[in-house]
Amino acid sequence: MAEYCLKTPLSEEDVRKLKAGDVVYISGRIFTARDSAHRKMLELAKKGEGLPFDPRGLLVYHVGPVVRKEDDKWRIIAAGPTTSARMEALEADFIKTFGIRGVIGKGGMFEKTTKACQEFGAFYGAFVGGAAILAAKAIEEVEDVFWLDELGVPEAVWLLKVNKFGPLTVAIDSHGNNLYLDILRKAKGALEQLLL
Amino acid sequence: MLQKLIEAIGLAEYSLPPDVEDLIRRAYETETSDIGKAQLRAILENARIAREEKLPMCQDTGLLSYYVEIGDESPIKPSRLERILIEATIQATKRVPLRPNAIDIWRERNTGNNVGQGIPVIYWKPTEGDRLKIAVFPKGGGSSYVAKLYSIPPARGLRGLVEVVLKAVYDAGPKPCPPTFIGIGIGGTEDAAMKLAKKALLNRMNENSPLEEIARLEREIVEKANQLGIGPMGLGGKWTVFSARIEWACRHPATFLVGISFSCWALRRSFVEVVDGEIKVYQ
Repeated sequence: MAEYCLKTPLSEEDVRKLKAGDVVYISGRIFTARDSAHRKMLELAKKGEGLPFDPRGLLVYHVGPVVRKEDDKWRIIAAGPTTSARMEALEADFIKTFGIRGVIGKGGMFEKTTKACQEFGAFYGAFVGGAAILAAKAIEEVEDVFWLDELGVPEAVWLLKVNKFGPLTVAIDSHGNNLYLDILRKAKGALEQLLL
Repeated sequence: MLQKLIEAIGLAEYSLPPDVEDLIRRAYETETSDIGKAQLRAILENARIAREEKLPMCQDTGLLSYYVEIGDESPIKPSRLERILIEATIQATKRVPLRPNAIDIWRERNTGNNVGQGIPVIYWKPTEGDRLKIAVFPKGGGSSYVAKLYSIPPARGLRGLVEVVLKAVYDAGPKPCPPTFIGIGIGGTEDAAMKLAKKALLNRMNENSPLEEIARLEREIVEKANQLGIGPMGLGGKWTVFSARIEWACRHPATFLVGISFSCWALRRSFVEVVDGEIKVYQ
């Protein structure tokens, strides 16, 4: 189990060295997106319209933050991860379309995303579910926010500058490993034993 | 009353109840997986800062439910109290602050203030005298996402109950931010079983039912669920469930309904109670 401090934008090489079970801290720029934002960004890409920012090499963070506006500047008060499973249907396409190098969330993702991580060189970093304040403390600045009126606070895309954001457990690496699926496979065996 | 309610919502959001924190600490001390232990350490650290700095411990500040016990001679009448509860929710959204979580289904629009059709959820229990006690219970979406209602063949009885709970824990997997607290509602009608399940989470979670047969079942469920090895945040480990509590009602001869409500580690609750004419806020 190795520990890494990485700075975005990440290269494919940065990501390929990560193995399931490693711990990563991220610095630099990341952006948030939940269900609606995933759909919104993919629709724009489909129509051939550009995005208001460049997501290439960045990480997408599954989160709906609590925010406060102070002196005309947004501040993130609490920002723990949301359940990534809801984005499973869209994430592979998202990784492919926008060239992001990773996903931060909780609860893990499944086969389709695992395959996309392997094919395009991305990883899934699990952040402790609900550890909203630890996350907020690592967010230095809100650089921008997009589609706030249309999507509302939790669903909008927040472009964030972070410093040593983590610990992230590499739960899906770019070599086809998925910790969650391994654990659920074992849990299924245990369940069958218990139900006998 | 309005100010005390806002204070109570803040208290619930900033500070873990002592029984809940006690169980998380016990799990941290005994977790055998390194990754699992690291998750529990982060949870305790996060909870400490939340309490010290008066910040919501989780960004999903939940949808608000209120459980009101109100006496016939209460100085505040139910209809007025209902207006106060709604106003407290709106004001707390700005002041705590709470994340606006109420989505209008037909417009796919956030109402922006945690109030809307049917929200907050308010339950009323009439009592005698001038008693007034309100349980404030904000609950996050991640753990409500995996709630279950099972209708099991009555002949399967309590064995069937243990089985469906274990199945629900397995199906929930990493989604509700395990380790979880499980509220189980047995019997009654389908709506009653779900209501009892959620209400079970208002009990002290580090205790068991005073009825020995129920207490035994609560312990059995925890012990078996923890054999699944899902572990903290679904990354593997000894602790998948912190504890389970059961509430029950009589059942119809033809049904054996089991409601299951999960709570993540951030089991947030507080109480507002009028004692000798004074409004107390506590956990």
